[in-house]
Order: sequence, then structure tokens, then C-alpha cells
Amino acid sequence: MIDALIIGAGPAGLSAAIACAKQGLSVRIVDEFYRAGGRLLGQLHQEPNGTWWNGMEEAARLDREARAAGVEIACGVSVFNVVPSSSGWIASTTEGEIETSLLLIATGASETAVPVPGWTLPGVMSIGAAQVMTNVQRVRVGERGVIIGVNILSVAIARELQLAGIQIDRMILPPVSTVTGKAGFPEAVMRSLLRVAHLAPSPLIRWGSQLMKSSWMQRLGVSLYPSQGFSMWDIPIQLRTAALEIVGTNQVEGVRIARVAPDGQPIPGSEQIIPADFVCIAGGLSPLAELAAIAGCPFAYVPSLGGHVPIHNDRMQTPLPGLFVAGNITGVESAKVAMAQGIVAGLSMADAHGALADSAELENAIRQVGIVRQRATIQFHPDIDEGRATVGQLALASTGK
Amino acid sequence: MNQRIVHHPVLGSLDAGKSLHFRFNGTTYPAYEGETIAAALLASGVRTLRVHEEKGTPRGIYCNIGHCYECRVTVDGVPTVRACMTLVQDGMEVTAGVVLPTPLKKGGHSQ
Ligand SMILES: Cc1cc2nc3c(=O)[nH]c(=O)nc-3n(C[C@H](O)[C@H](O)[C@H](O)COP(=O)(O)OP(=O)(O)OC[C@H]3O[C@@H](n4cnc5c(N)ncnc54)[C@H](O)[C@@H]3O)c2cc1C
Ligand code: FES
Repeated sequence: MIDALIIGAGPAGLSAAIACAKQGLSVRIVDEFYRAGGRLLGQLHQEPNGTWWNGMEEAARLDREARAAGVEIACGVSVFNVVPSSSGWIASTTEGEIETSLLLIATGASETAVPVPGWTLPGVMSIGAAQVMTNVQRVRVGERGVIIGVNILSVAIARELQLAGIQIDRMILPPVSTVTGKAGFPEAVMRSLLRVAHLAPSPLIRWGSQLMKSSWMQRLGVSLYPSQGFSMWDIPIQLRTAALEIVGTNQVEGVRIARVAPDGQPIPGSEQIIPADFVCIAGGLSPLAELAAIAGCPFAYVPSLGGHVPIHNDRMQTPLPGLFVAGNITGVESAKVAMAQGIVAGLSMADAHGALADSAELENAIRQVGIVRQRATIQFHPDIDEGRATVGQLALASTGK
Repeated sequence: MNQRIVHHPVLGSLDAGKSLHFRFNGTTYPAYEGETIAAALLASGVRTLRVHEEKGTPRGIYCNIGHCYECRVTVDGVPTVRACMTLVQDGMEVTAGVVLPTPLKKGGHSQ
């Protein structure tokens, strides 16, 4: 039996593996993707100081370090069940059962689907699908496309597609419906964009965002926007335009769009069809936490963390003995935060195993998570600290830790 | 048609593996070692990987990371394989999902 099994070879899982293998534990990681790195593989962002965050290189570095520390990495293996055993946990995988004394679930996040009419046509994909196809698999998703859904992830990926020579015709909102919620309201989208304005290359947008910090200014901004919208990296972002339907017979041929009022309702007579050979849908991210649910872990619903998250303390321990969580499964944040959390989880597992040489290391790692969070370039939600505090209190209430 | 991104301003030149061939619905397509079935087909302009089992409407990839199961195909006789997660092997036989009979549905509304 191994000491620690880690499900997910993303930045959280790999960092955790390195940390606990270095404390002498025998560690195995399984991941269903064909290579290690998780969503880090597709990430390519320019940092405010101009350097590039190249996820592919980061992933390769973590993979090398983990192997050097003696971690066994098995790719192409899916885990579909976990149950407690007398001595720890048993994970059922597509390659058989694995017994372990400690289990870390670091399965990351999944994208929220937005069922715009016509979304099942070939050529329609999630924004993350386009990111992986372009940056990891190095295949063009099309010649000219439309992105439906304006948020931090879709704006970042639009730029990545552009870098690869793929034309983005425009970014627009999804139609207002019960499933799209706030993503269809120009004002709400405007407000969330203001949080990422520091990523904009154009000083104009930076200035504009400073001007529009008060809510009446935002309303003004939305209603005064020219219907053409504004551009980032020459990509038109149209907050007063929504997709009504994706059209095509055997694959995507275009998108039927309309101008919308500030409440997201289409303006009669403003409809038109624009040609496109691919469409990306961006509905945001939520923690991929099914395995923790199957394990019997209690959950909390915390919108600022992306939805339902397993309850855990700042040592990444759940109330279930020997079960740990780290990374986006605990709340949607950027890869650097996931790595910092992974280190905490790894050291915490070593501690649970009685193998942590210096407990100050764990305390430092916990502090480091907060520091990395403060400095994060990409923040998926403004109230992450509050959400984290809520989960911490629930953990305290459930375990006294 | 070849939609591979050979030159990338930040990621550099494509480091293609050994070239391979596989079949999809009876047609032979090229691929490079390390490419998924979905990526290799898209690089050749093929977007449709199956049809909806009941309605016959075409489907391709959606999530490209194994979550949605939109891309399921049959590989060397094994059904329900995710094309976005499976690497091409030389000589692989891939077939698209087809419309299946729905005997229970027809007139299935009981009084
Ligand atoms: C599509 C997508 C794109 C993203 N793009 C960005 C971006 O550009 N910038 C950014 O800052 N953040 C991005 N994120 C957020 C991203 O999740 C974090 O930045 C970071 O990668 C989270 O790390 P993680 O280790 O928690 O999870 P991940 O990196 O998601 O890794 C989880 C791993 O677990 C594996 N896994 C999941 N379930 C199972 C199972 N049942 N069995 C076996 N293996 C399993 C997955 O294959 C995956 O490799 C993206 C997220 C998604 C979903
Ligand atoms: S495209 Fe979603 S599982 Fe393959």
C-alpha cells in the first residue's frame, strides 16, 4: 500500500506530490488526461511586467520535479469511485483499485455550460476547449470565430487564440435566460470586467476603468457604449450585443445576434446573422468536486468560490480522516494559488503520516497561500477572501480544527 | 487541409512527433505521435465525430478535456472512447457513433 494517492496531476496535485514525497512518503498520482499538468498546460498569459506565464513550461518543470522526488505518475487513468477502508482509502480506477492510507483529491474545475440554441453543432466548443486545442494540441479551431460570454477567462483566451493566428470576429453576451443569469446582463458583465482592467494593454481601458468604479458611472458606461463596443488587442468586445442562436446545418456557419438593452433584452429590428466557422462558449468555472461528494465529504455552497466546495481547513484537511483537497476543487483561483495550496496539502499529509520534520514549514506554506492570493494577476471573483473564511468557519464547526 | 499551428510567437515552432496514419469511418488520415484523435481529425478539417444516437444530429468536441463525453467514438471495436483524451496509434480504426434503434420509444407513451 502506498502512503499517499493523489487524484489529478494539475498544479495542485503535482505540487502536493513534490512536497510530501520530499518528506519521505511513497506517492502516486493518477490523471485521466494523457499528460501531466492539468489546466496549466494551456495557460499563456502576459504578466503585468511583460513576461509570459507559459503554463506548458511550468507543467514540465513540476512534472520533472515530481519524478525526481520519486513520485509515480500514471496518466490516462480515470478515477470513478473512492471509499474509505479500515486503513485509509480505496480508489476505483480504469486500471483497477488502488489502496492508500492518505488520499488527496485535486481534480480542479470544470466549465459551466451555457446552452445557447444551436450549441450542439460541431464547431461550437467551450472556451477552455479552444485553449487546449490551440496551445496544447497546436491545432487551429477555425479561421474566424465568435466568443459568447465575456469574462476574465474568455478575454484571456481570446488573446491566446489571436496569438495563434485565429481571428476573433467579436465577443458578445449569451442570451438572458434562467441558466445564463448575470452573464447576460451588460451591467453585471461590465462590473466584473472592471476587475480585470489591469490586464488590458490599452491605457484607455485602464483609465476608463478607474473612471467607472462607481455604479452610476457603470450604468452610464454601459448605456453610452457605442454599439460597436470597445476593443482589447483589436478584438471587439460588445456588451450591448447578445447571441440569439448559433446557426448551421452540419456545422457552425454563423451566429444570429441582436443588440440588447441594458437589461439584456434584445432590441427589435436589430437582428443580423454574422458568419463564423467556430463558436466558443464561456460560462465560467466551477469546482469539479464529484469524487469528494462520493467520498462522503460535507459541502458548502459558496458562490464566490465557484459553487459547491468540500469543507476543509487551512491545512487542506476535510472532516473525513485521511482525506485532503487542494486546488480549484476548493474554490476557483489561478494556477499559482493552486500550487501554493498543493504544497500545504502535501506537507499536511506528511504531518498526518507523522513524517513532517519541521512543522514551521507547514505554517509558512499556509501563510504563503494568502500572499500568493493577494498578488494573483487573475482573480476569478472579488470576494474570494470572504468565501475562504466561510469555509474555514464551517471546517472549524465540523471538526474543531 | 492542415490546420496545425506550426509557428507560434510565444510557444515557438511545433515539435511534431513521428508521423502516423489512422482511419476514421474508412478514410485514412495523417497524424503525429502524441496527437489526440480529436486534434488530428480537426487538423484535417473533420469536425463531426458522431451523430446523436436518437436524433441523428451531428456532434463534435465540446470541452476537449474529458468532461462532457460529446466526442465519444469507437476505437478498434471499443465503444464510448473519448476522442479528446485518446492518442492516435498507427493503424488505429476509429468509427463515429451512429443513430441507434429506439424500440422502446416508438409509441412508448402508455395511457
Ligand atoms: C478549461 C479550463 C481552462 C482554464 N484556463 C485557465 C487560465 O487560462 N488561466 C488561469 O489562471 N486559470 C485557468 N483555469 C483555472 C485552473 O483550473 C487553475 O489555474 C489551475 O489549473 C487549477 O489547478 P488544479 O491543480 O486545481 O486543477 P487542474 O489544473 O484542473 O488539474 C486537475 C487534473 O485532475 C484530472 N482529473 C479530474 N478528474 C479526474 C478523475 N476523475 N480521474 C483522474 N483524473 C482526474 C484532470 O485531468 C486534470 O489534469 C482553467 C480551468 C479550466 C477548467
Ligand atoms: S470533448 Fe468533452 S469529453 Fe471529449
